Amino acid sequence: MAKVIDRKPLTFWERTYLPQILGGLRITFANIWRRSETLEYPEQRPPIPVGYRGAPTLVKDPNGREKCVSCQLCEFVCPPKAIRIIPGSIPSDDPHAHVEKAPREFDIDMLRCIYCGLCEEVCPEEAIWLQDIYSLSGTARDQLVHNKAKLYELGGTRPDSHLKWDKKLAAEKTHDAGAGH
Amino acid sequence: MPLWEEIILRLIYALLVVIVLMTFCAYTVLAERKVSSWIQNRVGPNRTQLPILGYIPVFGTMLRRIGFSQPLADGLKFLFKEDVTPGHVKKFYYVLAPCLALVPALTTCTVLPFGLWWDAQGNPQPLVLADLDIGLLFILAVSSLGVYGLVLAGWASNSKYPFMGGVRASAQLISYELAMGVSLLPVFLWSSAPGVVHGLNLFDIVQSQQKLWLIIWQPVSALIFLICIFAETNRLPFDMAESETDLVGGFHTEYGSFKFGFFFIAEYGHMIVSSAVFVILFLGGWNFLPFLPDPWPHRALGSVLTVLWFLAKVFFFVFLFIWVRWTLPRFRYDQVMKLGWNVLLPLSIANLFAYLLFFAIFPNA
Repeated sequence: MAKVIDRKPLTFWERTYLPQILGGLRITFANIWRRSETLEYPEQRPPIPVGYRGAPTLVKDPNGREKCVSCQLCEFVCPPKAIRIIPGSIPSDDPHAHVEKAPREFDIDMLRCIYCGLCEEVCPEEAIWLQDIYSLSGTARDQLVHNKAKLYELGGTRPDSHLKWDKKLAAEKTHDAGAGH
Repeated sequence: MPLWEEIILRLIYALLVVIVLMTFCAYTVLAERKVSSWIQNRVGPNRTQLPILGYIPVFGTMLRRIGFSQPLADGLKFLFKEDVTPGHVKKFYYVLAPCLALVPALTTCTVLPFGLWWDAQGNPQPLVLADLDIGLLFILAVSSLGVYGLVLAGWASNSKYPFMGGVRASAQLISYELAMGVSLLPVFLWSSAPGVVHGLNLFDIVQSQQKLWLIIWQPVSALIFLICIFAETNRLPFDMAESETDLVGGFHTEYGSFKFGFFFIAEYGHMIVSSAVFVILFLGGWNFLPFLPDPWPHRALGSVLTVLWFLAKVFFFVFLFIWVRWTLPRFRYDQVMKLGWNVLLPLSIANLFAYLLFFAIFPNA
């Protein structure tokens, strides 16, 4: 149904702009009494949503084993070539010697990292995680190249229950004992 | 009292007034930052802290939250920044310009009466540095000198944006000075009623408003004058000389450190003085409320109360300046000119004629 809208010309009072100015002043004055939206940053921090892609870190499993097996998939998938891994072997007297390999050196250049998360996605061991660390600063360039110790310090322990390598060791032991099929 | 004592006393008074005005300028800058932050739902400066005051438990935190020592930090920043003089400027005029901008802003406060005292006979006397018979003319003359600082800065900077800022400042001054002067004539008509000797004396103008504030009796004059002082002080929505968005910083683009600080203080000084002039002319100065007799006791306490009441009105106007700045967008340059010449000037002349007719018909009103 057609509705005719009456298009009135502006009144004299409206054409002086004064009502609009007063209306604007009313709005800004009301705003003064509203709570401020500011987060006072260093003291207050914003809540970080789950799945946030912050700085990449290396994690350990609940038994304290470093999960990275230095397969170097992350190094090769990394688009900005920020990851550099030098693989190393695990000494035979180590309780985790059956894992065979671990990184000798693991560097992530945070000045190159683009936080794409491909390393986390590609990792078959779930050893590299992008965590909620969003504020990195340093006074020299080499302070922003995270080495292995720093990466584990940032990463901590991941409380998952895969324990893939422990299960494998247990399975191998049962197999050696002659069980199974 | 011997002459030299008189001179020293006058110097001390002058120094006091200038110090107070400068402090007000500094705190107006803080008020600007705080009010703008509140209007934009922000917090504003809240990090500066003074060594001893800041450690008092609740009070110290409160001072920090309201940014009490921020003006000090700002001033120190202006002082200790590197004082760069670009190679392409005209050196002498480049240095002269900020001084020229600051001096008129501080000079106008000499003739402003800011309160009352009562002499031995009980007659009210103004609290003022120089009680000029032509106080208002003096203010109009000197405050418009301030624009020379802006124009000179624009020209001496020898670069295109400051130059355009300076040109705009001068064009704007010419367009608004006229309407401003004409809008004030009805005030003179009112204050120089038959039998009054000094019609232009600011003190007499205030005393003539004891019953009726002029804003009630001459609202159109007040409105035109208010718009014109916004233009005269280069405040938004008329800050043509500065217009950060299209002219970088306008006339002060090439200025830094304390030379910029001079312009800054001058702008806020102008703002305070203009507010005071508006209060004196239209809001009855230190008179308590329209239609009510003044409750001030005729003693020293009364003088203090008049000064405080006057300052309260001035601060309301300073707040209005800030409030309007964070409400209205900047006018386009041609719109500013159009408003000045096509609207305000004819309106002020019509207003003048209306009051002329009124006073001609009712000479004893």
